[in-house]
Amino acid sequence: MRVTVRLFARLRDIAGASELAREIAPGATIGAVWRELTREFPDFEAYERSISTAVNADYARMDREVRDGDEVAFLPPVSGG
Amino acid sequence: MSPLLAIGREPLQLERLVAAVAREGGADGAIASFLGVVRNHNAGRRVRYLEYEAYEPLAVKVFERIEAETRDRWPGVRLALQHRIGRLEIGEASVAIAAASPHRAEAFAACRYAIERVKQIAPIWKHEFFEGGDVWIEGATADPDDRAARAEAERVACA
Repeated sequence: MRVTVRLFARLRDIAGASELAREIAPGATIGAVWRELTREFPDFEAYERSISTAVNADYARMDREVRDGDEVAFLPPVSGG
Repeated sequence: MSPLLAIGREPLQLERLVAAVAREGGADGAIASFLGVVRNHNAGRRVRYLEYEAYEPLAVKVFERIEAETRDRWPGVRLALQHRIGRLEIGEASVAIAAASPHRAEAFAACRYAIERVKQIAPIWKHEFFEGGDVWIEGATADPDDRAARAEAERVACA
């Protein structure tokens, strides 16, 4: 199945894209998508403990299963204000 | 930007927010407001300008959450909260908040609480361009369910 990955701030800079389309195995979690990305972009590893994640523009935990067509977002520590 | 809770690229207009939270009929005794503005220095660096980025649909939902939390804690308060994104020059406003209430203590507290929560959980980032380089500012790991963070925002708001 296919998901859209959204990346922000420094994660976007590291990947060189704000949006990626990725094929993932059925039943994969957000965490599995993240691990795939860290293989592709080793600099992501520094964010392992500090990112937040969202599915379809709602905060979600790493163990959440993703579905075909989902938008999965990876959010580095925030700095609004 | 006209809704009370919004993200946008246009310059923020605090006067409009203040007018928007004021209730008809004169039930409010206080409107507290806050403007976050772009500072010309940070961590020993001379800042040239900032670029703000947001995950907009989630950020608006987070603003709705912050407004609901504020109403839950201070039931008489009406809150407006807007954040600007894109390139902002020194001295320009990045965030504007207005809180109306029958009494001033709740208006001040709600205003302070809202900005603390924005900094904790809103999916917004500042990219700082300073003399000699640029850096993404990374603050808090956003977790809306973190009760300790929410309690800390409340503690600061009521200090």
